Amino acid sequence: MTRKSRRIYILVVSLTLLAAATFLVINALDENLSYFHSPTDLKTKEVTIGRSLRLGGLVEEGTWVKLDGGLTHRFSITDNAESVEVTYKGIMPDLFREGQGVITEGSLNEQGEFIAHEVLAKHDENYMPAEVTEALKASGEWRGEEEGQATQ
Amino acid sequence: MIAELGQFAIIMALLAAVVQATLPLIGAERLDSRLMNFGGQAALIQMFFATLAFGCLTQAYIVSDFTLLNVAENSHSSKPMLYKITGVWGNHEGSMLLWVLILAVFGAAVAAFGRNLPATLKARVLAIQAMIGVGFLTFLIFTSNPFTRLVTPPLNGNDLNPLLQDPGLAFHPPMLYIGYVGFSVAFSFAIAALIEGKVDAAWARWVRPWTLTAWTFLTGGIVLGSWWAYYELGWGGWWFWDPVENVSFMPWLMGTALLHSAIVVEKRNSLKVWTILLAILTFSLSLIGTFIVRSGLLTSVHAFAVNPERGIFILFLLAIAIGGSLTLFALRAPALKAGGIFSPISREGGLLLNNLLLSTACATVFLGTLYPLFLEAIGGGRVSIGPPFYNNTFVPVMIPLLLLVCVGAHLPWKRADLLGVLGRLKFAGLATIIAALVAWYIADGGPLLAILGLGMASWLLLGTISEWMDRIKLFRAPLSTSWQRAINLPGSVWGMTLAHGGLAIAVAGMIATTAWKVEEVAILKPGETLSVFGTDYRFEGVREITGPNYGAIEGTFVVSQNGEYMATLKPEKRLYNVQKMPTTEAAIHSTFVGDYYAVIGDPDGTGGWTVRIYREPLVTWIWFGCGLMVFAGLVSLADRRLRVGAPADKKQARLPRKAAEASS
Repeated sequence: MTRKSRRIYILVVSLTLLAAATFLVINALDENLSYFHSPTDLKTKEVTIGRSLRLGGLVEEGTWVKLDGGLTHRFSITDNAESVEVTYKGIMPDLFREGQGVITEGSLNEQGEFIAHEVLAKHDENYMPAEVTEALKASGEWRGEEEGQATQ
Repeated sequence: MIAELGQFAIIMALLAAVVQATLPLIGAERLDSRLMNFGGQAALIQMFFATLAFGCLTQAYIVSDFTLLNVAENSHSSKPMLYKITGVWGNHEGSMLLWVLILAVFGAAVAAFGRNLPATLKARVLAIQAMIGVGFLTFLIFTSNPFTRLVTPPLNGNDLNPLLQDPGLAFHPPMLYIGYVGFSVAFSFAIAALIEGKVDAAWARWVRPWTLTAWTFLTGGIVLGSWWAYYELGWGGWWFWDPVENVSFMPWLMGTALLHSAIVVEKRNSLKVWTILLAILTFSLSLIGTFIVRSGLLTSVHAFAVNPERGIFILFLLAIAIGGSLTLFALRAPALKAGGIFSPISREGGLLLNNLLLSTACATVFLGTLYPLFLEAIGGGRVSIGPPFYNNTFVPVMIPLLLLVCVGAHLPWKRADLLGVLGRLKFAGLATIIAALVAWYIADGGPLLAILGLGMASWLLLGTISEWMDRIKLFRAPLSTSWQRAINLPGSVWGMTLAHGGLAIAVAGMIATTAWKVEEVAILKPGETLSVFGTDYRFEGVREITGPNYGAIEGTFVVSQNGEYMATLKPEKRLYNVQKMPTTEAAIHSTFVGDYYAVIGDPDGTGGWTVRIYREPLVTWIWFGCGLMVFAGLVSLADRRLRVGAPADKKQARLPRKAAEASS
């Protein structure tokens, strides 16, 4: 085997791999990107039913109820302009509270309800997800410090 | 006073690094051995001062000196001593100081153990190492000073994030950092080789132990992190494809590739340019990991504080280090002479394929991790990429790699007879089919993909064992001969066998937990029993307990199978006194075939409690397999061939230096 044919061999193998990987990545990106939405976005923008997306905002005070003995949770997420009702079956994270910033992942069903399969309340109590901060600013409802995220 | 001493020490370390980064480089250019010798001394001085600074900060944490901003923000006098000490690196400033300390220790180790290195190469390696040090020390002193004093110190501190108060996580950052920073040595060697314009087998042999050390610690660090997530977060998962996990995994993938390609350089003097590029990329990914986690671009338990000034500083450092090294690579790499040629079907060909697959896998993780950041930067909206993305990209790329590992290990150098090798693997193949059928029988059907996956893991394990048996001629020679051959196998061969075997065991564990995990959520009143997958969990009730700095509710479960007692599980729900933060402490009973995992949730107000029970099959195999890989790294490091000529032969070691002195 000469140097030249080895080079061609390496090139062919690398290009094949690259093509396969590109194909896989493009395919997977198409299916698995989930966009962040604020409640206002969800009400005003066109959203495909069943497509996974992230919904974030504040948990509206006085809306958190537990159904079937605490296994299913229902609460509203608000950006103080619009609010969306969320249903979630499972255990709430330790840091989930009313009035706090939260991000949920899930999709809209045919009835227009948001069914979450994941609720993220972050590790730090003072933490406000950056997406939520921005969404609140966008709706003119930001009431925190001027410069962005709270630090520890 | 101690804090001022620490402040003084980091400034002195910076000065030593500046000297170390310049004089030896000039010396190597002029072949001036006195200037070159400065490198080694400066490296030791830099290490001394970095250690001193770290010691000063540790002392401040031990005595809870709240006049220091850093201590006041991250410690508390009631915290147990272990967490006071580990709290030193449980915050941004302290963790950067640890980074700098480890960097200095690696530099000093090169100076101390690299006696047989050619003088110019050693001088250049130390200088490059010091340049990284200058960058990070400047960063530490100007944007993240851990020794800042408070004018009005508080009576007590803010405490450490309770999630970090855990023995598993206490040692996760130092191990991870030894891994990250250890790759800096491979990077420095690569840059020095580009300056010298020479890469040969000896170079590869010098780089190998450093790469191996870094890889071993990085593996350990990642596993500790994963294990912590498994038992501390209470979700029963061990890997979430979270960006902060990914950034530690990317250098691991590239480092693994580097470890394999360096073998080709060492044995066959081939793939040199590629190996240099891998060394640069591996350390660049370590830097990117540090940057992404520390800059607050990603918010997680790891992002200690969001500070744009720091982010820009690290971005700047990153641009210089990565941009500079890649430019140098582009300029100098074509001058490196290509080495021996080989056929595609050969050990070299196998290792090359390993490298291509690992880099492709790393590229998919890189894309998934950075694409959301990129999309946001160009105003494309905020997105997130979840685990399915990686299951559809990373996993398919890794499957051929796992299938080919044991085939590649059987191939001889230069050119090989593929049919012959497959013939030698026929027993392994047969045993694999039997193993898959057994798995199918035990799992009672189950997902076909998972059964095939288990078959793949057993193929990897059996193929590895059969290669080892070939080496010692087991059953083909008298047992005493085989025994003798096994004893005489070099450490690096043992390392390979153990690492590949560990990988197989870990992969089997990963597949089994993913496919057959059972999760059950229920409300139980004391005295009630929940049956999960043939196992009964009787809920005995809860009681309140008090820890050193937290209060907790402890539930008790009695686990039994067919009426036979197995274990008592006591999960807790803690509330830490200072930060008023609740945490979940899962209770786990581990066995060879799986874990019994219980978590206690909230009361439902009528005497019942929400509980979660997980059945995690073979999850301990993951920790055992990865532990075996770490052990394999250590065994391979003990190979005496790595140290040949190092301090062993004094005469030879002295010769090149004399020659260098004579030539100056």
